[in-house]
Amino acid sequence: MIRVVLPPHLRALARVEDEVELEVNGSVTQRSILDALESRYPMLRGTMRDHVTQIRRPLVRFFACGEDVSHESPDAALPEAVISGTEPFVIIGAIAGG
Amino acid sequence: MSSVRVLVGTRKGAFILTADGARKRWKVSGPHFAGWEIYHVKGSPVNPNRIYASQTSGWFGQIIQRSDDGGKTWNTPGSSPEELKSADGMPRGESNKFVYDGVAGTHQWYDGTQHPWEFKRVWHLEPSPNDPDHVYAGVEDAALFESRDGGKSWRELSGLRKHDTGPKWQPGAGGMCLHTILIDPKNPQRISVAISAAGAFRTDDGGATWKPINRGLRSQYIPDPTAEVGHCVHRIAMHPSRPDTLFMQKHWDVMRSDDGGDSWKEVSGNLPSDFGFPIDVHAHEPETIYVVPIKSDSEHYPPSGRLRVYRSRTGGNEWEALTKGLPQRNCYVNVLRDAMSVDSLEPCGIYFGTTGGQVYASANGGDTWKPIVRDLPAVLSVEVQTLP
Repeated sequence: MIRVVLPPHLRALARVEDEVELEVNGSVTQRSILDALESRYPMLRGTMRDHVTQIRRPLVRFFACGEDVSHESPDAALPEAVISGTEPFVIIGAIAGG
Repeated sequence: MSSVRVLVGTRKGAFILTADGARKRWKVSGPHFAGWEIYHVKGSPVNPNRIYASQTSGWFGQIIQRSDDGGKTWNTPGSSPEELKSADGMPRGESNKFVYDGVAGTHQWYDGTQHPWEFKRVWHLEPSPNDPDHVYAGVEDAALFESRDGGKSWRELSGLRKHDTGPKWQPGAGGMCLHTILIDPKNPQRISVAISAAGAFRTDDGGATWKPINRGLRSQYIPDPTAEVGHCVHRIAMHPSRPDTLFMQKHWDVMRSDDGGDSWKEVSGNLPSDFGFPIDVHAHEPETIYVVPIKSDSEHYPPSGRLRVYRSRTGGNEWEALTKGLPQRNCYVNVLRDAMSVDSLEPCGIYFGTTGGQVYASANGGDTWKPIVRDLPAVLSVEVQTLP
């Protein structure tokens, strides 16, 4: 089971209180996690990556085991600790004013 | 007894203000969608419990929200708890998918170069007068979309953006937004829209083809002051009984058309400035109009720090200042283009919100004013529903 931590605004949108747990089929990558997340919470589509291009939104970042993986290939394998559910895949809204 | 529901969009959420027909005691609910920018909230004229909201964020993009119970509960269209459990499978989650039709193309940037069309947000939602599932969305960068399934999916009416003049359109200071959508109640195939800073456009075939309707507009500081496009129209208002008569507040001047926008004449008269954002029409008097003069070109606050609504009972040219109950010293707020509305009670109620977070209401056509709330986040939009 993959654990995913969402930023507060997306938790509110998806109506979840805490981190979410997802079944991910096949390789565990950014893309497969986001596919599973958007499938279970369709209201999140378009909020983390573009509907058409699938490119990450500029002010959204992805972290795994304390490392920023935002600029890694979306198809790159994630660390074993994320795959095993020991560590969560963390989605963060960039710190910015306003 | 009749009642009113005021739908307020702010920089940090939506608020719903309700009162009975006396409009003296108000209940405030919200913030809904706390922390998000709510550009616009508007109810269906056919079913007032159907309300659409544009929720947006620089981080997470555009969200469309819908309520089917008058604003008590909200869902992204297609993703209600019942729909998520549907035996038909999971929803497609496309209620926020605004994709330009075909090649997006380019428009003019601030420096005169060409710049790609990029979707940013929905500025204005205009529910159809006939069908609660049919709603139009005016977006930045300027385009018109429509949904015929209650906001679950959207398609662009791309004849507008693909008009020959598109490469000459340019953003105003707030972005290149399509902010005004007026549907002719006698002929829904006729729709007029306004874009900052391109001007006004009209379709007579339900959105397939469009023409600029800017003849008579004069913008003295653009290269060609009477150009076909390039005017910074801030708002257009129409009384439903007279769809051929349009009133416009633009950057420089208040204008009037009596031929559906084919030609315009200036009716600024004795207004204290040539600038402002909203303009609206009295619910029962089609020649009574309201504006809020603002000092420009860069200050964008009321002249002399006095917040005054100006009313013309003659369809323009002759204006009176309405000041009772409004701050007449040290007031430096702005009133944005979508932040004024009227109810249809007798006497007509007028409402507007400020960037200082006040929502002012007049229950007597503008003669006197009171704040309903004083300390909301900056107000982006105000719409009023008159309920039976």
